[in-house]
Amino acid sequence: MATFFGEVVVAPSRAGVDDEESAEEAREETPEDREIRRELEKKREVDVLWTLKSGASTESSADEPFVCSKFIVAIGHNAAAFLSSFILDSVCWEVVGVAKLWNEWCRTSNTTNVLPTDSFCLFYRLISDPTVLLCQCSCYVAEDQQFQWLEKVFGCMRKEDLQVTILSTCPVADYKTQESTLTLPSPFLKALKTKEFKEEVCCPLLEQPNIVRDLPAA
Amino acid sequence: MFVPCDRGGGSASSDFKGFTLLMPAVSVGNVGQLATDLVISTLNMTKVGYFYTDCLVPMVGNNPYATAEENSMELSINAEVYSLPSKKLVVLQIRSPFIKNKYRPFCQTLLSWVKSSKCARVVLLSSSHAYQRDDEQLLGTPLRYLLTPDLEKAVGGLMQELNWKEMEKVAAYPGINDTEKVLHIPGGGITKLLFTESCSKGIQMAVLLKFCSEGDNIPDAFALVNYLNEWLQLVKSEVNTSSQWKIPSSWRLLFGNGLPPALF
Repeated sequence: MATFFGEVVVAPSRAGVDDEESAEEAREETPEDREIRRELEKKREVDVLWTLKSGASTESSADEPFVCSKFIVAIGHNAAAFLSSFILDSVCWEVVGVAKLWNEWCRTSNTTNVLPTDSFCLFYRLISDPTVLLCQCSCYVAEDQQFQWLEKVFGCMRKEDLQVTILSTCPVADYKTQESTLTLPSPFLKALKTKEFKEEVCCPLLEQPNIVRDLPAA
Repeated sequence: MFVPCDRGGGSASSDFKGFTLLMPAVSVGNVGQLATDLVISTLNMTKVGYFYTDCLVPMVGNNPYATAEENSMELSINAEVYSLPSKKLVVLQIRSPFIKNKYRPFCQTLLSWVKSSKCARVVLLSSSHAYQRDDEQLLGTPLRYLLTPDLEKAVGGLMQELNWKEMEKVAAYPGINDTEKVLHIPGGGITKLLFTESCSKGIQMAVLLKFCSEGDNIPDAFALVNYLNEWLQLVKSEVNTSSQWKIPSSWRLLFGNGLPPALF
C-alpha cells in the first residue's frame, strides 16, 4: 500500500523480507556467522530480575510463579510518567523487580533510583496488597524482544483470576477518523478489551480501522 | 502454534482434514492480504483460532470485518484462522510483517502445521514487483500461477483449460549463462521459500500471484481474488466482477484522514 501523508513507515520493505536478507540467508552460515549471530542474540536478551521478600535477587525462571490478581503495565514515557505523578509513591509501593535490556534505541539504566528521563523497566508491588503489581516500562522494547519480554514477565506469575491493564499512548497523527483531529476531546482515551473482561470500560472502544502495535499489542 | 478459539463447538471447528488452506504472503502492495480480506469478508467466515507466534510484529485491534455495533468488539491480532466447513475452506490471514530473521522458522512451523492438520492443499496468494518483468511479461495478463509437482498431477489440466499462465523462470546468471533457470519472485516475501519447501515436502501447494507496484492496491486485490475464483468458484461469477466481493469495514481511511478544515 502507498503511504499517506503523516504515516511513518517503519518496515524497510512491505514485502516483509528484504531481498538482501533473503540472499544472505541463502548462502550457508559459516561458524563465524553463527558465533556472531549468537553473540548478537545474547546481547539482545531480556533479563527479568525479581527481588524476593528476603531481599536477594534471583533469576525469574527459578521460582514458583507468584500469585497476582491485578497487573498494571505502563508502556512508554507518557504512561510511565502518569504512574509516577499520580499513583506511585514510596509509602504504598515497593520495587520488586527490574527488566534489563539493550537495543539500538536504548539501554535500561542499572539502578532502581531512576530519573524520569532515564530508560527503565521497573516492577512495583502494593505493600498493602502484594498481589497487585505494577510495571513502568519507559524503555523501547524492540520487535524481536517483545515476545521474550512477554514470556519472561508473565511466565513468573499465576494467570488464574489475573486482570491485566495496559496503559499506553500513541500520537494523534496516527489516529484514523473521518472528523478532524483538532476537534477531538481531551483527554482522548480509547480502549481495547478481551471478551473475558466483564467490568465497565471507562472510555469508548477503539474503532476500526485503528490498531495498536508493539509491546502494548504483544 | 495454532490456538483454537473457544467456540463451544469442541474440536470440530478446528478439524481441517481435507480442507483447502488459503493464505497470503506478505508481499509487494500487500495484495495477497487484501485479497484474503475480501474472501473472509464476503464469505462471512468464522474465526476458529489464531497463531501464537513470535515471528510477526505484534498488533491488535477490534474486529476488522465488523458490520454492526454488536460484532465490532472482538479483538483481532496479527495471524488468525477462519473457516467455512461448507466449502472445506480454511483461511489464514497475516496482518503484520515478519520480524527480522524470523521468516524461516515461521515457514517451517507453518508447513508442519499444514501436515499435522491434514489440509489437502494450500493456495498462496502473492504478488511480485511489476518493474522486474521482462519484455514478454509486460504484455498480456499480469497474473501467474505455480503448482508443486503433487498438485500439478491433480489440477494441471484445469489450469490449461482456464488458459492460465505459469510463472516463468529466469536465468540464474543473466547475460552470462542463459541456460540455467531459477524461480525468482522479487517482492514476494516468503512465497519462493514456501513454494520450494512444499515441493520438497510433498505438500500440494498452488501460488497465485499478480505483478504490481505499491500504490492503491485495491484493484490488484480484486484482480487476484477474481483469478482465484475462476478456479475455486468461491462465489458466483457475475458480469460486474467487483460487485460480488464485500469490502471489509477496516478498509476505511486506508489513505489517512480527511483534510483538516484548519488547513484552509
